[in-house]
Amino acid sequence: MLVLGIDSATSVLSAALMEGENLRGEISVQGDKERASDLLSLIDQLLQKTGTDFSQVEGIAVSLGPGSFTGLRIGLATAKGLAHAGGKPLVGVPTLDALAWNAWGINGIICPVLYARRQEIYSALYRWQEGKLCLLAPYQALHPSSLLVLLDSYREPVYLLGDGVRPFGEWWRQLGSRVYFLPSTHFFPRAGVIAFLGGKRLQMGEVDDLFRLKPIYLRPAPGEGRA
Amino acid sequence: MMVLILGIETSCDETSAAVVRDGQEILSNVVASQIEIHRRYGGVVPEIASRHHMENIGPVVEEALQRAGVHFQDLHGIAVTHGPGLVGALLVGVSYAKAAAFALQKPLMAVHHLLGHIYAAFLSHRRLPLPAVALIVSGGHTELVYMEDHGKLEILGSTRDDAAGEAFDKVARVLGLPYPGGPELELLAQGGDPEAIKFPRAWLEEGSLDFSFSGLKTAVINHLRQAAARGEHVNRADVAASFQEAVVDVLVGKSIEAARRKKARSLLLVGGVAANRRLRSRMEEEARKIGLPLFSPPLNLCTDNAAMIACAGYYKYLRKEFASWDLNAYPSLPLA
Ligand SMILES: [Zn+2]
Repeated sequence: MLVLGIDSATSVLSAALMEGENLRGEISVQGDKERASDLLSLIDQLLQKTGTDFSQVEGIAVSLGPGSFTGLRIGLATAKGLAHAGGKPLVGVPTLDALAWNAWGINGIICPVLYARRQEIYSALYRWQEGKLCLLAPYQALHPSSLLVLLDSYREPVYLLGDGVRPFGEWWRQLGSRVYFLPSTHFFPRAGVIAFLGGKRLQMGEVDDLFRLKPIYLRPAPGEGRA
Repeated sequence: MMVLILGIETSCDETSAAVVRDGQEILSNVVASQIEIHRRYGGVVPEIASRHHMENIGPVVEEALQRAGVHFQDLHGIAVTHGPGLVGALLVGVSYAKAAAFALQKPLMAVHHLLGHIYAAFLSHRRLPLPAVALIVSGGHTELVYMEDHGKLEILGSTRDDAAGEAFDKVARVLGLPYPGGPELELLAQGGDPEAIKFPRAWLEEGSLDFSFSGLKTAVINHLRQAAARGEHVNRADVAASFQEAVVDVLVGKSIEAARRKKARSLLLVGGVAANRRLRSRMEEEARKIGLPLFSPPLNLCTDNAAMIACAGYYKYLRKEFASWDLNAYPSLPLA
């Protein structure tokens, strides 16, 4: 099954084509919020470089968040437009799941952290168990100090990765010799992983509702509940 | 040849999709309004608007296609508003439209929101004579535009501060009317005397076709304050009617002057505030005096909708003015 994966949750724009277990192609570009509008051009280039016609694509997988609100909407609106007009099934993949996948096979607590501004991070905890990535603590937006409290309850090595690692370095060092950092090459969610994880769901016949699928914001809109 | 265009509009708080045939026949025009949601905040909250667009866009497009009885494959192209407006809101429509056009390998047309408002007049009167002068009045805009021909536009005048609709909303709030205040203020003004209070008219420098409404708004606030300080009873209907008359005087005066100067063959009154009855009737009266035909679309085409975007997109389609896949959204896109 040929699946197009899309990720624009962070400052990296990424598009990939996975055919089952095989990566046909992947393009990732460091951009910024304004440039998120380049996402479709990136998809166009990917299809051209891999000699793929869009009609050959059998499913769309999109990174659902958490992440930049605008980035998430550009990604999801693009995915929905492609799926709706192209008549293709769509699945959403939580961004932190895809990021945790970058720590494949590691023995210990896997802790992806995405920079969330306002002195916070988006995070969740995972562990590899019998070849599967298991979610230990749910997706949340929190201050690094709250994450440290959570991590303290586990007496295991902790592996951190993501663009939220560097801005809060002094907090993570409080974990002492228990903390490990993945190399920065693993700090960004990749569309290839989104396509792979989404493709597994699609293959099992799991499709998300194109009309109902929403980003995972984890935070209310600024102003919400004000009145 | 029959041309079917899907229009998409998400620039503010309305998610809209429409299918228009040959730039004239509206096969569907679906508008999902968020007005009830934003009412409790007394104005549009950008992030909340963007989130609702994200949820509405798919169902709204689907409903537009179904009501029109067409499939995506039947479309000749997709037109979308790419500015001006709330950038987060615009990006939802732009991203969706781009992706859908890409999936179909059909042309994409980028439409300026105000160009859409102008083309609302072409939906109801296809053969309106050009050149035309258009007054675009809404909560966000007050512009006088000269349209020599399709694709040839020139801005003659703009507001230097508040938009006319914004002035209506602000004065409505001062008068204690609920959001959105414009229509409420018009209703209140119906029972008032437009000559009761002499509020200032900002004609600006000699020959200028620009507008300014913030001074008028301040004059209304001062009038209310002074009356309160003196313990006088204020007839709110008189204040509303006198304020409205001051706005209408300037809008009509400058529109007629612009049409006269440009030797326009028609005058267009478009945008949300074009629904104001006092403005419509005064404009009609003055245009008739100089033998100028006035074209103003029905109410549902004056407010934000995607049929007007599809119509403007149709003329771009005819001229083969297509957008590329890297189209972005521009919060303060200039019209010309
Ligand atoms: Zn408008």
